[in-house]
Amino acid sequence: MKFWTLLRANLGRHKRRTFLTVASVALALFLFASLRTVITTLAAAAQFGSARRLVTTNATGFVLPLPVSYANRLGTVPGIEKVTWANWFGGRYGDGKRFFATFAIDAESYLDLYPEMSVPADQKAAFLQDKGGALIGARLVDLFGWKVGQNVTLQGTIFPGDWTFTVRGVYTPTDPAINDDAMMFHWSYLDERTGREGLAGWYIMQIDRPDNAANVATTIDDQFRSSPFPTKTGTEQAFNASFATMWGNIGLLMNTIGLAVVFAILLVTANAMMMSARERTRELAILKTIGYTDRLLFVLVLAEAGIITVTGAVLGLGAAKALYRATNFNGGGFLPGFDVTWATMAAGAAITLLLMLGSGIIPAAQAARLPVVTALRNVE
Amino acid sequence: MKIPILYNLRSMRARPVSTALTALGIALVVAVFIGTLALANGFATALVRTGSPTTVLVLRKGADSELSSSINRETASILASMPQAARGTDGRALVSAEVYVVIAAGRIGDTTAMANVVVRGVGPEAWQVRSNVRVAEGRLPASGRNEICLGTKLVGRFPNTGIGQSMHFAGRPWEVVCHFTAGGSAFESEVWGGNEQIMPAMRGEVFQSVSFRLADPAAFEDAKRALEADKRLTVDVHRESEFYAQQSQLLGNILRILAILVTSIMAVGAIFGAVNTMYAAVASRRPEIAVLLTLGFRPGNVLVSFLLESALVATIGGIVGCLLALPLNGLVTSTTNWASFSEIAFAFRITPGLLLAGMAFAVVMGTLGGYFPARQASKIEVVKALR
Repeated sequence: MKFWTLLRANLGRHKRRTFLTVASVALALFLFASLRTVITTLAAAAQFGSARRLVTTNATGFVLPLPVSYANRLGTVPGIEKVTWANWFGGRYGDGKRFFATFAIDAESYLDLYPEMSVPADQKAAFLQDKGGALIGARLVDLFGWKVGQNVTLQGTIFPGDWTFTVRGVYTPTDPAINDDAMMFHWSYLDERTGREGLAGWYIMQIDRPDNAANVATTIDDQFRSSPFPTKTGTEQAFNASFATMWGNIGLLMNTIGLAVVFAILLVTANAMMMSARERTRELAILKTIGYTDRLLFVLVLAEAGIITVTGAVLGLGAAKALYRATNFNGGGFLPGFDVTWATMAAGAAITLLLMLGSGIIPAAQAARLPVVTALRNVE
Repeated sequence: MKIPILYNLRSMRARPVSTALTALGIALVVAVFIGTLALANGFATALVRTGSPTTVLVLRKGADSELSSSINRETASILASMPQAARGTDGRALVSAEVYVVIAAGRIGDTTAMANVVVRGVGPEAWQVRSNVRVAEGRLPASGRNEICLGTKLVGRFPNTGIGQSMHFAGRPWEVVCHFTAGGSAFESEVWGGNEQIMPAMRGEVFQSVSFRLADPAAFEDAKRALEADKRLTVDVHRESEFYAQQSQLLGNILRILAILVTSIMAVGAIFGAVNTMYAAVASRRPEIAVLLTLGFRPGNVLVSFLLESALVATIGGIVGCLLALPLNGLVTSTTNWASFSEIAFAFRITPGLLLAGMAFAVVMGTLGGYFPARQASKIEVVKALR
């Protein structure tokens, strides 16, 4: 630590340069952490799903419905404990600029299958009792300032007309991969208003044992294979994963940009370190003549690069971690549970190390190998 | 008197590593800038090109996408006899009532990964309603048979897409009889078949939309007013081009915001790099600058000269950045159009305008980064610097 004064003096010599370089590193790592988190968040959404839940959709395409009468038949399949169903309700609120998902659910069985959606007991009871009631995610309360007991009107896009619901409860997801900006209302209300067609969008089943999933899925699909509405059944996780793959090669895009960012900043820091070292050629030679070893100078120059990159990294990664958590960012509903993971932080730390070595090793080696006589000869 | 630009060029050559690193930093920013905007561009173009300003798209009132719309047979037959529709060479109205569904199709290579593909059941006139649709290979599906025509972007990406092969969906086989192009639009990611065959296989007795070609391209507003005022109809009338442009908005905006956010943060880093380099350049050339000032060059000349030098470095970076991004042009990728939950394939699109924007961006970065160092250079005290 006795060299601390020397390091501090060197870093303080060009305060502006040190500051700008630290800031570049901080920005780079902030960007890296943000891009990486887009990937991890999508991956987490694809991983989400209880191993004990199955999803059954129309085999032709998930936008096509199934008869609600399948509920009873699904309930009798061996291994299935509980059955519920839901419909996608395309609804628009206000000017439609802020979109959120709306589902019609078979309320009691649905909430029973999703213990991850936590609703206060009195609100849950009120929602179950009110046929025109709605259950909303906590984020919608923040976004629109809705209160329990308030009436909310949506314009139906699939089911035309104005739909007014009374907010009866607010749910908070205990699993961050569940959207906290959805709205749910009673399936029976939708069915009644649309002329009792008896159509369910998809079914969700709870099975007795996770390792039974493949068997139960095959049994279900075989049973409906020759019906007018054949089914496709898989685990909830596979269902969510198929949505995540719909983003295409977004992961590749994020990684490529992240790499370009890190490389660009490597150039900036390397340039700054080389400029510092070049200006100090004479000093380094003097240090050598008063007894500093080659190895010590190598370490000192590298340490200077280290202080710059590590300070930048702590600022950039720290800001990413704190900012997204504090602002409860969720990418407009597309990226629920957006939070910089510790694995991303570790990757950021590894990049910091690379930045330090990449920017510091050439000037450090040059300093160590510097021939004293030639360096001092050029004194003005 | 201006300082000759040769002075700057020689100075840049005197410190090649610094110049190259700074230029390369700027090049990477420009490459990412162009690349991400080319992606957003390509996506928007695919959807915008889908629609034609002379084609009218009729949906059920309140429906925000073809998927959520429904048009019954009665409405469809009223629309089929509209006076506003153009006539084909055989004298029939160019109107197509269409069924629109999204089906699950396995991908080549990984059959567990499913993609959602649009199946459009079209009327016999559809091929003339859409002026950009051309059959590239094969013949049109015969009426009354389970035959389909595939957009060229599906071919090779999904199994059984060759002519003569059969795709299996909705519980029956569909023979592929042709491939069509549609000017790079989203139609090229769709399966087209006869509406009377697709309808019973899918959603029952209902169409999703009716499209027709305007007889008088300027008469859109008249047609819209007439149809929306018709008491027998509850429909919204869209100009097809505007409708698809609006469909691309959500994802297009996400991509554009991403591009701007990422590149502006990167740009700040690159500007810092330029600032550092230029300050170092000024510091190491203090005696030189003092000599220039004693020779009679004004401080303003020095300022301009150093700004120019910084802008020059950035221009080199900009050119390299454009060259780095260019190979992306035409590269086909796919993503989901969230407005229809279906997959659309599109190509990165680098336009001359985008390259120009990249160059301008580079010069702005260089000028911003060079300003303070250049000002410092112009304010050097001659006596001190020469001592």
